[in-house]
Amino acid sequence: MAHLTTSRTRAESYDAIVVGSGAAGGMAAWVLAKKGAKILMLEAGRNYDAVKETPMFQAFSDAPLRGAGFPEKPNGFYDATIGGWNVPGEPYTVQRKSDKGWQDAIVDNRVTTDQNFMWWRARMLGGRTNHWGRVSLRMAEIDFKPKSTDGLGFDWPIGYDDVSPWYDQVDQLIGIYGSKEGIANNPDSDFFQPPPPPRVYEQLLMRGGKKLGIPVIPSRMAILTKPLNGRPACFYATACGRGCSIGANFQSTTVLIPPALLTGNLDIITNAMVREVTVDASGKATGVHFIDKQTGKEEHVRATTVILGASSLDSARILMNSKSALFPNGLGNSTGHLGRWLTDSTGSSMTGRLPVLENSPIANEDGTSSMHTYAPWTIERQKEASKMGAPRGHYMAWSGGRGMPDMGTAGEVSSLVGNAWGKKYKEEARRYYGTFVDIHARGEMIPNEKSFIELDPVKKDQYGIPVLRFHFQWSDHEIKQVGHMQKSFAELIEASGGVLTNPVPTDPSKVMTAGGSVNHEMGVARMSADAKDGVTNSFGQLWDCPNVLVVDGAVFCSNPYKNPTITIMALAWRACEELIKRSKK
Amino acid sequence: MNQTLVFGADAPATLGFDPDLLKKEIPWPRLLTKDEKETLSQLVDLLIPADDHGPVASEVGVVDFLDEWISAPYPSQLKDRDAMREGIKRFDALAQHRHKNDFRKLEATQQMALLEAIATNGSEENKRVFSSFKLIRDRAAAGYYTTREGWKAIGYVGNMPIAGNFPAPTEAALKHAGLL
Repeated sequence: MAHLTTSRTRAESYDAIVVGSGAAGGMAAWVLAKKGAKILMLEAGRNYDAVKETPMFQAFSDAPLRGAGFPEKPNGFYDATIGGWNVPGEPYTVQRKSDKGWQDAIVDNRVTTDQNFMWWRARMLGGRTNHWGRVSLRMAEIDFKPKSTDGLGFDWPIGYDDVSPWYDQVDQLIGIYGSKEGIANNPDSDFFQPPPPPRVYEQLLMRGGKKLGIPVIPSRMAILTKPLNGRPACFYATACGRGCSIGANFQSTTVLIPPALLTGNLDIITNAMVREVTVDASGKATGVHFIDKQTGKEEHVRATTVILGASSLDSARILMNSKSALFPNGLGNSTGHLGRWLTDSTGSSMTGRLPVLENSPIANEDGTSSMHTYAPWTIERQKEASKMGAPRGHYMAWSGGRGMPDMGTAGEVSSLVGNAWGKKYKEEARRYYGTFVDIHARGEMIPNEKSFIELDPVKKDQYGIPVLRFHFQWSDHEIKQVGHMQKSFAELIEASGGVLTNPVPTDPSKVMTAGGSVNHEMGVARMSADAKDGVTNSFGQLWDCPNVLVVDGAVFCSNPYKNPTITIMALAWRACEELIKRSKK
Repeated sequence: MNQTLVFGADAPATLGFDPDLLKKEIPWPRLLTKDEKETLSQLVDLLIPADDHGPVASEVGVVDFLDEWISAPYPSQLKDRDAMREGIKRFDALAQHRHKNDFRKLEATQQMALLEAIATNGSEENKRVFSSFKLIRDRAAAGYYTTREGWKAIGYVGNMPIAGNFPAPTEAALKHAGLL
């Protein structure tokens, strides 16, 4: 990408500085640059070009360690993320569940870890949109009004009708496949692209779901099945988590940043680590301080508006570090809500096997690399979960079929073949390959008093910036919900003719993912109807400093079982259009 | 995976946080000795022989993969390193006991008889080698089925670009699964 600038060549001042380049920052920069505003985007990671860097078509034998995960790349060699649970020189502090002691976070298994929180960070242009799961679910009215519905959690100052026009625009811009189903609390889109057909294992799950009254419907994913806005459709090879060199799935780096650069209104500085937002004597933001990682020098750049889209936790950290005489507790924190109400999605999974698929006719089941179907939450299922003490829901999704063999494939097969070796082993491998199904669920966490972030009192990163310290606790609501997940997995696998690999665990807290490890951390600068109840208004403007906007997941008041990315994008778009309207006045 | 990462001059050669994904560059030295490699080569070829669907394991680089794998400076691989080298010793010890020679120096028929005994005869002596047998078989199979030749051998036919819509399952596949 040729339009990158540097500390040396940048302008002195911009209409807006956008911190971050992923779903939030990318969206904000695209909207504003298209409207003619002069924008400087600051990205903490390096420049990244999905067209040139994506390993398309590579077999795992083309990778070190056959592509298996290792501490520096926990999701495997080909995962697009530059970063992960640990970023060199950028520690964060977590609490051990066992003895409540504090420690620097380490790379660990997200289910068995003793850490209360795990934080996945990307340090690259496009941020986490380069590897994300592409699940694109609209929040429903009930998700915006949970407290009014059952007295738990917090209502948003806005509802579905405020956001749906922006969802419509996001859908038309990025392309999402799905189907109109009319299931309550799972809003459809008028702009879905056609979904790919369900694979054989998915048709078995559909049949199993039918027996149980669990709808199994086409998934909703930001992957093109038809060309859109000059981007080609998916050609159904190469897993989306590697990124996509042809731009057939949504990545900020292929969908938002190139057209934003084409306007000539966007400058980008990569390797720019923002430390704080600066304010003048009247309390108005004047720009940001950042560390140029290339030169090691601290820079200041001015702007009329500062827009934070650095990811929930980094945006909140920047605000906490923006201390001044006027704002001694950090910017936007006069109410004390900054850093509080931290949530993540709940998660758990289960493996089963569908013996009827043994020795199936051989077929290409790559598809869009992700699931083509999923099981949304329904009112009926909530009634069942409520009886188990789980007031909030989850959706189920899966992987299975004849995916590209990886290091785990032989392990799965080997669990069934006992002592076979030689030609017999190879026959057995052909027989069992593709018969496994991994079901997982993502559920809603209700914000609680015990889950929040603060600045570590002593620890700083290699740039001298105070780091975050995490307090996090699931409540009984979430643990019981995971119990419902596990029960549902087992029922669905068995109703589909499958067998469980392991018995249903008796203690759900032992099989749930650690806080943060589903990468849906939200809520630490929540929006509110009234200045006393939150950090921003419904357009992401800080109540305390209206020329600073937060446009990422930090503003979420709830964290429902709807992956947040398209809601972040819809809200960022809405916030930026409002900013333009206000600026024109 | 549970470890604190070590940075700086003392750090062992690792793949790093930001490796070039289009290149396969292994920064650590390979540790297997010539004899160990020879033993593994013979073992993996007996465990994963050629058949109608694919070649013998050593032909697609499985021995080199095992060397790369057990030489890596990461926790799971360090565990495998010790277990695999110990496994080779156990095979040799059993071969020495039965035939007064290291495993790699036995006739193929003797090697196959030993493997069959380890796999099926639960004597105390055989049991000691069974976990090594499984480890070597399973890591070799992982190395094998992740190659393009291995894909054919297991029945993976994806990774092919498709123009137009992704095809629905065939009638034969649906019938096999009892869906038609």
